[in-house]
Order: sequence, then structure tokens, then C-alpha cells
Amino acid sequence: MWTGTPLFPEQASTMAGRVDALYFFLVAISVFFSVLIAGLIVYFAAKYRRRDPASVGATGHSGMALEVTWTVIPFLIAMVIFVWSSSVYMAISRPPDETINVYVVGKQWMWKFQHLDGQREINELHVPVGRPVKLIMTSEDVIHDVFVPAFRVKADVIPGRYTNLWFQPTKPGRYHLFCAEYCGTRHSGMTGEVIVMEPNDYQTWLSGGAPEGSLATTGAKLFTDLACNTCHRPDAQGRGPVLEGLFGKTVTLQNGETVTVDEAYVRESILTPAAKITRGFQPIMPTFQGIVSEEQLLALVEYVKSLQALPAPQQQGR
Amino acid sequence: MSDMAHGAHPALAHHFDSLEEQKEAATLGMWVFLVTEVLFFGGLFATYAIYRSWYPDAFAASSHELDVTLGTINTAVLITSSLTMALAVHAAQLGQRTKIMVFLVLTMALGGVFLGIKSVEYYHKFTEHLIPGPGFQFEKEHIRHAQIFFSLYFLMTGLHALHMIIGFGIMLVMLWWVWRGTITAEYSSPIEISGLYWHFVDIVWIFLFPLLYLIGRHAH
Amino acid sequence: MTTALVPPRHYLNDGYGITSWLLTRDHKRIALLYLAGVTFFFFIGGAFAVLIRLELATPVGDLVSDETYNKLFTMHGVMMVFFFLIPAIPSVLGNFLIPIMIGAKDLAFPKLNLASWYIYMVGAAFTTYAIVTGGLDTGWTFYTPFSTVASTSAVIPAALGIFITGFSSILTGLNFIITIHQMRAPGMTWFRLPLFIWSHYATSLIMVLGTPVLAITILLVAAERVFHFGFFDPAVGGDPVLFQHLFWFYSHPAVYIMILPAMGVISELVAAFCRKPVYGYPFVAFASIAIAVLGFLVWAHHMFVAGISVYAAMIFSILSFLVAIPSAVKVFNWTATMYKGSVSWQTPMLYAIGFIGLFTIGGLTGLFLAAVGLDIHVTDTYFIVAHFHYVMVGGTIMAYLGGLHYWWPKISGRLYNEYLAKIAAAIIFFGFNLTFFPQFILGYLGMPRRYHAYPPEFQVLNVLSSAGASILGIGYLLPMVYLTWSLRYGRLASDNPWGAVGLEWNTTSPPPTANFAEPPEVTWEAYDYGSPAVVEEHGV
Repeated sequence: MWTGTPLFPEQASTMAGRVDALYFFLVAISVFFSVLIAGLIVYFAAKYRRRDPASVGATGHSGMALEVTWTVIPFLIAMVIFVWSSSVYMAISRPPDETINVYVVGKQWMWKFQHLDGQREINELHVPVGRPVKLIMTSEDVIHDVFVPAFRVKADVIPGRYTNLWFQPTKPGRYHLFCAEYCGTRHSGMTGEVIVMEPNDYQTWLSGGAPEGSLATTGAKLFTDLACNTCHRPDAQGRGPVLEGLFGKTVTLQNGETVTVDEAYVRESILTPAAKITRGFQPIMPTFQGIVSEEQLLALVEYVKSLQALPAPQQQGR
Repeated sequence: MSDMAHGAHPALAHHFDSLEEQKEAATLGMWVFLVTEVLFFGGLFATYAIYRSWYPDAFAASSHELDVTLGTINTAVLITSSLTMALAVHAAQLGQRTKIMVFLVLTMALGGVFLGIKSVEYYHKFTEHLIPGPGFQFEKEHIRHAQIFFSLYFLMTGLHALHMIIGFGIMLVMLWWVWRGTITAEYSSPIEISGLYWHFVDIVWIFLFPLLYLIGRHAH
Repeated sequence: MTTALVPPRHYLNDGYGITSWLLTRDHKRIALLYLAGVTFFFFIGGAFAVLIRLELATPVGDLVSDETYNKLFTMHGVMMVFFFLIPAIPSVLGNFLIPIMIGAKDLAFPKLNLASWYIYMVGAAFTTYAIVTGGLDTGWTFYTPFSTVASTSAVIPAALGIFITGFSSILTGLNFIITIHQMRAPGMTWFRLPLFIWSHYATSLIMVLGTPVLAITILLVAAERVFHFGFFDPAVGGDPVLFQHLFWFYSHPAVYIMILPAMGVISELVAAFCRKPVYGYPFVAFASIAIAVLGFLVWAHHMFVAGISVYAAMIFSILSFLVAIPSAVKVFNWTATMYKGSVSWQTPMLYAIGFIGLFTIGGLTGLFLAAVGLDIHVTDTYFIVAHFHYVMVGGTIMAYLGGLHYWWPKISGRLYNEYLAKIAAAIIFFGFNLTFFPQFILGYLGMPRRYHAYPPEFQVLNVLSSAGASILGIGYLLPMVYLTWSLRYGRLASDNPWGAVGLEWNTTSPPPTANFAEPPEVTWEAYDYGSPAVVEEHGV
């Protein structure tokens, strides 16, 4: 990894090249205008250097044409950069439909990665090359941030909600993962590595498996242990809504509003069930705030995601 | 080059050319200061707006716990105090020394009534366990977000009350100036700009009252 | 040049003794009280910077503990932003010059001006108390929930100190606005005003409108710590990101509070040392107002990775590009002013030329940050640190020093040693670039900010940066020495040692307490070099 004084980070994701291209364009513009201005002021300072202590400068009239020109041209350049960078930004912000999802919990001062198959990692994240990966992240305490310079991606990790980040690695290797939002004493120690593996190696690593089973099976066990299944029954006889096939659908609430059933909604429904009551149901679900940890919440979310509608099984985005 | 040698008004500061200029500067200064106060309270109003839009039911339930009768009385008291303040300003412009003092004292008395009623309300909140913190009690459904409502309630009305107390101080100083003869029909601008401040404090309450006390209270 | 004439009575000898200073109403003396304050806090903030760069010379955290390091960068930021950069030019140069430049005897509210200084010092006292009783470790940005829940440092006294100091800023801005509106001399129309006045007017608008929001925000942080209100606590339904919106709503315009007065100084320097009116005067004047207005519309560009929506990000991105345009217009106008000017190479002009170059680089790197797709990678890294130091240090501090040197004869009645001054300027320029240019590279490489220790491959660039910092530090000490020395031993200054145009050069060096022997009447345009009347009047 030590290669002298590198002046430039590796490009290890599909987005890295696009971000770098934009960067170089901006560097070129900056160099151009810096050299232009610096050159002019040094040139003018030399050429018009005061020789006679009593001399004054030539007074001319300011020109509107010049003012308009040097307002409009920077504006146009700025708009080009805006459009280009917005396009890059949209690509960075919108994960593809099919991603390998990994849950991330940040806490002072470590990273916990939960794969759906149940593997847990601390400060290391194994992913396969050439496939898109989406991180669904939350914090247990203060705001953190996941930053992988080689992938050119970064996103804050916030307590009380989920945030996303996606990337598709293009080169096997080990890449720095940094916490990039100051979070207290060991902020600079909250680092890790993303380990990008060839597909075969990744399969081998995956099949090392996890003793507890997949995230969804952990969630299933919790679902029973916490007695969720007494109200949420697949036969619609329960006091709570049927959860099979619910993930990804739109539901109507008591007040007439509609909401999409995503990770955030499931999490909120467990922690503050009274916030959004599904139409036709009573507000009787107790809150599990303080009873489930962030990691248990992830497991329950994954379990709900995994519940396929009956009788016809539906394709779930995994 | 002494100002006094030219018969200038004793209240004219050396760096102004005329009382008129000084008064304009003072008035403009008070208006700019009130704009800063709008921005200061504005941060709290923005916070209120955001949380109310997220938790409308909790806010409505919390608002019902406030005493609308006392709040309405207080609103009437404060508006009346703005009237007495305006009358004080009018008396100052006419140079009516006694009247100014009467109206200033009345304004302060009404302000005192307001603060007294506020204290009673705060005490009720204490006995009803509605002070945010470990002892907070509310119906389970809304308890988390009700804490935010009551935090805003205490912060906004508390800051408002603090501004009223500062207004008291200003009026005490004005009373003293009137008593010793500094305020005349020619030099009444201190009363006027004190009036501007007091009216501002009143207007803040006019916004606070419906936003805090009247959420979801429809005529049945 | 006219021979030096020291007036028998001027503002410095108009009353002796400590109370004549601590109870003064004279805007010029208040400016010097501020000069003492900001210089003191600059060196405290600078001492923290030295320790930071010493630590960062090696990749491991071996000089100080991580807790101490976190306090060092926090307090460096707090001291520099709130106690140096925001007050320095407005409260020192602005206070001294605004009444004189508009032909008035003082500011509109002299007692309020003195009160502003006391408020500043009380706020500084609270913050100093926070520093000596264990320090603050939240970052100058106080992000929640770390600052409200997790930090165990002196958050409340520091927050209160900043809250109090904010009122100093608000009252100074208020004073300036009324003064500029109400107290211009006969004939001093808006478009005859020096651009220094336009810049300070725009700055004052921001101070008055933005600072109250910071005040309430920092009060909310303190209140949440004391009373556990929960506005920023997700456990009760609060939102930690709401803090960021409230905080940056002020703190972005705050950076324009820091740069607009500097730009005002540069306009004066360029005009005086090219002996030419600033090219495009109305455009430069309106650009100041445009920066102030647009500056309020871009705050969330500090939050592109904080979880805001994609659409919000795009809106703030395009607005952030727009706010760059008026600054570019100013740079082009200053450059055009030098064309066919009579360009002196005296020290203030060296600082002005340095400013134009470094501010251009710093401002251009702002475009990198407005570009959302790129900001994702570079935000929260040393790229940001480099960007804001280029504009704040390469920009504001250079302009402050340039202005201090330019108006030093007027303020003190003395001339400093030009040779030493030029050397100091060169050392500062070189030291500055060596310190901060490598940080752009470090940032793109991925070194995050606020890091106590870092991966070893970042070391060479860090060592370069630390070397530059030591040179920069020496550069800053030199003016302290020779300016102080000049107070006693410098050559006496004439009314107008530079041959410049401006009401401040129509009075003695130092000026009398009432600023002018006779209240002036203005019949000439701004920067009226070359007109026969002006040439005759100023002896140029």
C-alpha cells in the first residue's frame, strides 16, 4: 500500500472515474483562471510600476460590455459544471434496483457490518468485485460518516434514521474506510477496510457462514420471542396488519395519507407505532423503544422484508 | 465650538447636527434592533413549525393541556398594556409629564399582571408533571413528542417573559428620566422607541398565543 | 510628500489614563481596544494551530492525547472564527474608518459601540473560562447529538460565551447601518462612498440578520444540555440534522461577514496604490449586496452528505454556483483597475496582490464544493480545510494586514519600516502556500479532517504543511514586532503619506477626536484621482 507519495487516490469503483473526470475539469478551469489572474496582476504590477512618485493612473471609463462579458462567461461555466456534477450526483445517490444489501451500525468508535446471510464483521467489510453493494446505515449514538476514498462515496450515519450509500467495486483489494464526521475521542481511530474479493473468493468467505444464521432468521426468532406474531398473523385474524408481502407496498393511514413500506417505516412502526396507524386498525401496538437494539431492529426489518405474500410468492428486491 | 454656546438642546449628542437627525437615527436603530429580534425568535418559530408539521396529534394533545382562559386573559392584558404605552407616547409628544408617568406605571402594572398569571401557569405545569425532563408525564401515545411541545412552550414563553422583564427595566429608566425632566415635547423620542420595543414584545405574544394555546381547538 | 506635521492635540493624547480608554466614546479609541483584543485571541488561536501542526507531522498521535487534540482543533476554530475573523476588520478598521470616510464625527451610537466591545470581552472571558477549565471538544460546529449528549467538555460556558459575543456583532452591525444611512457629510451620496463603506454595509446586513439565528441555536444547545429538552435527540423524536440547518443558516453567511470587509479593504488598497478609481465601481458595490443576499440562500451546501434530499441538494448546489459570480466580478474589476494604473510596490499593495491571487484560488476551489457530485468525495476532508484557509487566511488575514499597514500612519501617526514589512509579507505568502496547498492534495487522497492520527502514506504532505506553518508563524510575529516598534521610534507620518484620495487623508495623522477640524463637504467622486482639483488638494 505504501507507494511513495501518491498524489491521487486509486479508482476502485464504477463512479470513481466519473468523479475524477469532473475533478480534472475543475482543476483545469482553476489553473486557467488562477494563472490568468495571477499572471495579469503580476504583469500589470511590473509594466505599470510607478516610476514618478507623483504620477497617477490613467482614468478611463468603465465599460458595460466588459462587465457583462465577465459576468456571463463565469455564469455559463458554472452552469456547465452544475449540470455535469448533478448528473454525477444523481448516479451516486441512486442505487441500482438489484444490490447486495449490507446493514451498518456505527457507534463510538467502531463499525458493525451485518450481512443478510448472518455474517457479522467489525471494522471490515467483505464485498465481491463487480456487483453493486448498498449500505443501509444507522448510528447508535452520535452522527458518524462512512467514507471510502477509493470509491469516492461518503454518507453520514445518523442516530434515529437510516441512510444509504451504494458502490460497485471494480478492483479487488483492500481500501480505507474512514469515519468522516467528527464523533468524539477516537474519531480518527474509527477506521476500517473494505475488502473487495474475486467472486469465487467471496463465495468461499460467505460460506464460512455465521453461527446464528441469516439476518432474516435472527429476525424471525425475535419476531416470536417478542410476541409480534400474536397480533401480526398471516391469516388476517390478528389485531395487526398482515406483514406478508407488505414490504415495498403503499399503505393508507388513518388520516388518509399514504406511505411506502420501506426500512424506515418498519423501524418507526416498531419504535413509535402510534405515529402512523394503518387505516382500519386500532392504535394498540405497544412501543418497543428501549427493548430492541439497533442491530435487532435491522434483523426485524430484514425479516419483514423476507415475508412473501401468500399464496403467490412475489419477487422481493434483495 | 461648544454645542452649549450655540444654544443646542441639552439632550443633543455632540456627533449629531440636530435633534431631528438624532431622533431619526435612534428610531431607525430601534427598528433594526427589532428586526434582529424577529430573527432571534424566528429560529424558535421555525423549530416549532417543523415539529408541529411532523407531530400534529401530539402537539394538539399537548396544547389542550394549556389553560386557554388564562392565556386569553393574558393576551387581553398585554394588548391593553400596549394601549397604555401608546398613550404614554402620546402624552410625551405633548410634554404632559404627569400623564406620561401614569401611563408608564399602568403599562408596568399590566405587564406585572401578565407575568403573575404566567407564573401561575408555570406552577400548574409543575404540579401536572408537564415540565420536560425525568418527571414528565403524558399519555403514552404521545409522550415522546409532547416533551418537544412543552420544551418549546417553556423556551418560547420564557424568552418572551425575559424580554418583558427587560422592558420593565427600560420603563423604569424612562420613568426616572420623565421625573427629572429630561423628557419634553421636544425630546420625546426615548419614550417613542421604548414604545416600539414594548409593542414588539406584545406582537410576539400575539403569535405565541394561537400557536401554543389554540391548536386544534375548533368550536364544537 | 508634505512634511510631517504632528497636530498638538489628536485622539491619542486627548485624555490620558486607563479610564479615558475604558470609558471612551471615541470610535477610534474603541477600534484600538478591539485591536488589542483580536490580536490577543489571534495568537491564542495561533498557538493551538502550532500544536495541531506539530502533532500532525507524524502519523501517530504521539504529541498529545486524542482528547487533547480534539480540544485543540475545536478551540482553534472557535477562537479564530468568533474572536478574530468575524470582528477583526469591521471592529478595528471599520470602527476607526467608517465615520471618517463618510465625513462624520463618530458612529451613530458611540456608547453602544463601547458596549459592543465590553460584550465582546465578556463573551471572550466565558470562552476563555471554558478553555482553562478543561476545554471544548465538539468542533467549532457543535454538531448534535455529540454536543448535547455525548461530549463531557465545557460546552455550556463556551456556548454562552459565543452567544454573548454574538451580540457584539449584532450591535456593531446595527451601529454601522444607521451611521451609513444617517451620518454622511453633505455631498457624500451613496455612489460617492468608498467601496470599503459598501462592503461594511453589506457585512452589517448579514451581521444583523444572521447572528440572531446563531444566538438562538447555540442557546438551544445549552438548554438541551441543561434541561434535556430533546429538540435534537432522536430518542424523543427530535432531529439532530435540524441543528445543522439552524447552525449553517448563520454560519454560512458568517463566512461572508469574514470576507466582505476584506474585499472592502482590497478595493481601497488597489485604488490607492494604482492611483485610479476602482474599475466598475457600481458593479463592485452591487456585488457586495448580491453576496450578502445570495449568501443566505446556500447554507445546506454544508450538508450535502448529511441526509438531505436529492432535490434540496441540487437547489443548494445551483445557488452556491450563483453566489460565486459576484466574487469573480470583483476579482476581475480589481485586476482591470491595475491596468494602466500607477502601481506602487509598497507593502499594502503586496498584500492586496497576494489577496487577489490567493482568494481566486480559494474561491475557485469553492466551485469544487458547489459541485455536489464532487463534494461527496471531498467534503469532511482536508480539501475543505484547505479551501477555507485559502479564503480566510490567504484572503481575510492578508487583507487585514494590508489594511493595517495602509492605515497605520493614520491610526498611529507613525511610519513602519518598509523593508521589514516587505520581508514579512513575502514570508507570510510563502509560508501560507506551503502550509495549505498540500492539504488540497491530502483531501482528494481521502484524509479526513479532525483526525489526530492518519495512515502513514499521508505523512509527506503533512510534513510539508507543518513546515509551512512554522514559517507562517514567524511571518505573523514580524509585524507584531516592527509595528509596535514604530509606535515609539517610527518616522512621523504626514496627513497623506501615500498620496491617496479619501476623506481619511484630508485630516491629520493621527486625526483629532472630532475627526476633522472643519466638517467636510464632498464635491468630488470616489477615488477621484486625476481630476485637477483633487491633484491640487492632495498635493499628488
